Amino acid sequence: MCLAVPGKIIETEVVNGVRLGRVQFGGIFRQAYLDFVPEAAVGDFVLVHVGFAISRIDAEEAAETYRLLEQAGAPQEELGGSDS
Amino acid sequence: MKYIDEYRDPKLAQSLALEIHKRVTRPWVLMEICGGQTHTLMKYGIADLLPPEIELVHGPGCPVCVAPLEIVDRAIEIAARPGVIFVSYGDMLRVPGSRSDLFRVRAAGGDVRIAYSPLEAVRLAQENPTRQVVFFGIGFETTAPANAMAVWHARRAGLTNFAMLVSHVLVPPAVRLILSSPANRVQGFIAPGHVCSIMGHREYEALSAEFRVPMVVGGFEPIDLLQSIAMLVDQLEDGRCQLENQYSRSVTRMGNLPAQKVMEEVFEVTDRQWRGIGLIPASGHRFREEYAAFDAERLFGAHEIHAQEPPECISALVLQGLKKPVDCPAFGTGCTPEQPLGASMVSSEGACAAYYAYRRHTSPEVSR
Repeated sequence: MCLAVPGKIIETEVVNGVRLGRVQFGGIFRQAYLDFVPEAAVGDFVLVHVGFAISRIDAEEAAETYRLLEQAGAPQEELGGSDS
Repeated sequence: MKYIDEYRDPKLAQSLALEIHKRVTRPWVLMEICGGQTHTLMKYGIADLLPPEIELVHGPGCPVCVAPLEIVDRAIEIAARPGVIFVSYGDMLRVPGSRSDLFRVRAAGGDVRIAYSPLEAVRLAQENPTRQVVFFGIGFETTAPANAMAVWHARRAGLTNFAMLVSHVLVPPAVRLILSSPANRVQGFIAPGHVCSIMGHREYEALSAEFRVPMVVGGFEPIDLLQSIAMLVDQLEDGRCQLENQYSRSVTRMGNLPAQKVMEEVFEVTDRQWRGIGLIPASGHRFREEYAAFDAERLFGAHEIHAQEPPECISALVLQGLKKPVDCPAFGTGCTPEQPLGASMVSSEGACAAYYAYRRHTSPEVSR
């Protein structure tokens, strides 16, 4: 129920005072309301839930967390962590 | 797809699992609160990657599962009225009420429709001015702002034929209930990442400090959950207890302020019944007086409808982490997703349905 899917804003428009985004999810495009993410711009990734973008994904936070994650994972592989 | 594929990397999952194996020295009971996270844990068999010391129990985080019987009965009663277009998220249609469900109402001629977004219901109201459109506004804090925004748009458009049957519940009061129970076994929590994307993580900081229990705000992909579990295990093994944020790519301390604002504009906090659990004080939403014209319960006098929960289902204990789905004698026999006895078997995010779908019928010892 709380499923939210990350997608990339391809373009934005304002219709009747409401800011809408065309959002790409892999090969699928859907319209999402951008009322809750006024800071999100074309090229940003947002999490979309029931037609609304509920957050803008912080690319720097994501990169930093993932870098630490890979770093933590690296030594074990050398110690013989098997491929899946 | 970016922000999905890299969080499903099997190599990274293995190394995280190894990290957890190395760190654990004794048994720990962890709870993920959100049904979406339960679903991921089951789908990817994450419990099987973990050391036997880690026990995962599944929380009440599925709004479909915890919607009380009486709200389902009210929905059924409203949906069956002539002239009504009843619109709902798909999950709710199969949820059994006292005597029927929304699918059967539709089979009997009721105009029951499935929508992906509450805005589709607003559009239906605009397109059908002679019909009364009622949207079944179910959800946690993740969904409540979208439902609020739909009401806000309906009011702005001057619609008089749009109403909402509200069944919003709030996560922190349920966590408080679990932690306050003398029977509580949970020693660490994965806090719900999308609820926190809206609300921020302040409330969970306070709960963590008050009950001296580690909490980690977690995402929804396998790597997110394994990393959250590793962070919880680190805290527990170190004897630390704090709120940490694994899902920092989406969650901030203050959350989404525009979303909180519209939610507070339309709704106010009230006591709510939770299916299988009972009344939890200040655990849900009702319409503010200024928006009473959109309240389907008032419009149809539906708050008069009350119901008693059936006694044979143990979902109450499952939802509080006190029992596992497989502990229920009816699991997989008298109770299946096709013929659910209770709500945690109905929604794919319910713990019972997730166990059933991903063949977690047997104990880990047997399946290994």
